[in-house]
Amino acid sequence: MSDIDNKNKEINEFLNKSYEYGFTTEIESETIPPGLDEEVVTLISKMKNEPEFLLKWRLKAFNHWKKMPQPDWAKLSIDPIDYQAISYFSKPKNDDGPKSLEEVDPKLLETYEKLGIPLHERAKLAGVAVDAVFDSVSVVTTFKDKLAEAGVIFCSFSEAAIDHPELIEKYLGTVVPVKDNYFAALNSAVFSDGTFVYIPKGVRCPMELSTYFRINEAKTGQFERTLIVAEEGSYVSYLEGCTAPMRDENQLHAAVVELVAHKDAEIKYSTVQNWYPGDEDGKGGIYNFVTKRGDCKGENSKISWTQIETGSAITWKYPSCILRGDNSTGEFHSIALTNNLQQADTGTKMIHLGKDTKSKIISKGISAKSSQNTYRGQVTMSKGAKNSRNFTQCDSLLIGSNAGAHTFPSIDVMNSSSILEHEATTSKIADEQLFYCMQRGISEEDAIGLIVSGFCKEVLNELPMEFAVEARALLQVNLEGAIG
Amino acid sequence: MAKILSIKDLHVDVASTPIINGLNLEIESGETHAIMGPNGSGKSTLAKTIAGHPDYKIKSGEITYMDHDLNDLPIEERSNLGVFLGFQYPIEIPGLSNTAFLKAAINAKRKYNGLEELSASDFLIDLKEKSKMVEIEQKFLSRGVNEGFSGGEKKRNEILQMLMLEPTLSILDETDSGLDIDSMKVVASGVNAFRNENTSSLIITHYERLLNYITPDYVHVFHNGVIIKTGDIQLAKDLEKRGYEWLTNP
Repeated sequence: MSDIDNKNKEINEFLNKSYEYGFTTEIESETIPPGLDEEVVTLISKMKNEPEFLLKWRLKAFNHWKKMPQPDWAKLSIDPIDYQAISYFSKPKNDDGPKSLEEVDPKLLETYEKLGIPLHERAKLAGVAVDAVFDSVSVVTTFKDKLAEAGVIFCSFSEAAIDHPELIEKYLGTVVPVKDNYFAALNSAVFSDGTFVYIPKGVRCPMELSTYFRINEAKTGQFERTLIVAEEGSYVSYLEGCTAPMRDENQLHAAVVELVAHKDAEIKYSTVQNWYPGDEDGKGGIYNFVTKRGDCKGENSKISWTQIETGSAITWKYPSCILRGDNSTGEFHSIALTNNLQQADTGTKMIHLGKDTKSKIISKGISAKSSQNTYRGQVTMSKGAKNSRNFTQCDSLLIGSNAGAHTFPSIDVMNSSSILEHEATTSKIADEQLFYCMQRGISEEDAIGLIVSGFCKEVLNELPMEFAVEARALLQVNLEGAIG
Repeated sequence: MAKILSIKDLHVDVASTPIINGLNLEIESGETHAIMGPNGSGKSTLAKTIAGHPDYKIKSGEITYMDHDLNDLPIEERSNLGVFLGFQYPIEIPGLSNTAFLKAAINAKRKYNGLEELSASDFLIDLKEKSKMVEIEQKFLSRGVNEGFSGGEKKRNEILQMLMLEPTLSILDETDSGLDIDSMKVVASGVNAFRNENTSSLIITHYERLLNYITPDYVHVFHNGVIIKTGDIQLAKDLEKRGYEWLTNP
């Protein structure tokens, strides 16, 4: 065997390492039979005791969705999805709303343990309030009291629909309207649960808010809905992290996240996404079709997205900012890592409407083996966005010679006083870099991890400390030996 | 004195071309050997071969380091056993700080040798002291590995890594090339600080001038992949005056 073959073999062994978090928790679930029609939408709403306006809203979305075609403009190859074969609701049984961790099904807690999320410890040590979403229903919420003291609302979407209907009615769908796109319309019709956060005027949220999502039920689509509203002069940092157990069939995930930042408010939204990407032949894995958008509604408001995307078979995701308020700021920091046959088409839109608005885009794409990694971005400077600025930096790192990196930036400028900068690079991990690290005693897989974390530094630095450590580990696990 | 490195009848190919052709070399603990020779004589090939670079193929012969047949060992294991290579062209790793890189390297070595990770404070104290020795400013340490470093800074950084990793055998591949006189003195003082009865050095150089600051125990002249003459520092001085012609083309 030649050395190249030898090396390739070694690499393949590394890369073929199976998904660490592939296990399923055996918990009885209440699941609506597969299929989607008005009745199902109504049933979901009824099971959740939702107010009437929400049911109407869902039905409106459903009727739009029926008329829409699934989009095909992304650089993705997607097997046809049978929307009638999906079950649109499931929840763990015995769910009479546990009041404390002791009341939580120990199996659920075990699952979190396996994922490295010792909830109670984490909550205590890191001061993180965790609203854990298991399948579709929130089962654990901690630190509510402390947050309530500050006037912060942090609860499941279902609770919010019942306890704070006026806020839901006021903001739901204002950033991502039901007609926005195919997957957003679907989500609007059938969303199961999610998170609602409300930060009152002038309040700096006393802790990082964090939600862990996990898909557990076979053939159960997960349709999360997140809404965060930051009132004038408030601040919140929100973390979202995900893993999923191994499954043979593709699981559809179509989440919607809406952020609203009023005058002088700031929202920092971070995601670490590690859903099952499918096996090395591309079998199984999550379809992650997400609509995330923030509205910088007020003057001097700021929204920043940070995402670490390492999982999913297909990622279709563009966390965006509408810079409506004068002097508002939008940021997008992204690491997208693809391996094997994963496909990612991700990026952002920065829509500058107000004057003196600023946006910054830092995108790091890493592609290994036969994966395809696309950055797609849009920066629009409207007529009124005078003296606005955008800086975009898109870097791609290729590992091996079969992976693909693509960049599709789109820039529209409708005034003459705005300034835009765009920088892009493509590089490859060099054998000499690996040799250098290994000569210093570092193993090949650790070397790749170090080189990649160096490449991603600017984005990793945006994450809260405990998440940055987790994200580094995640990158490393997903890239072990990915060289060729 | 213990034998550190023993090379017997070594033949090495690079891209199917024979470069080293039956080399013999013995290095004992506490010794400093210098290898000199014209360009293309195989000096760097020897350095890379000892370190285990995959492009350098041992066709026959033996390299024994302490009691290990190096031929059988992966690159990182050689390093963890105490073989250090100071690169002629140190590699840049953008974004990965020198500090993080050094810490990863030191802890890899400690782990291999069954030791606990070095505490952050012990590491930083050691790093501060040694970086002062090679005149590397603290702010450089938070920059990416060799990222935007000048030639001299890169070479001093190699010496810093050597001092931090505390190898048993240090191979310095043309560490003096492209250095101004001040940087050369810094490099030499770093190497001298490293020398003791338990460590050995193999210094590969094209010119004699580095050897004015680091006095080797042996000077070998390399040509066509073998040692054609061995002497002491006087041999280096002769080469400086007369060039290589009188040896390679007598």
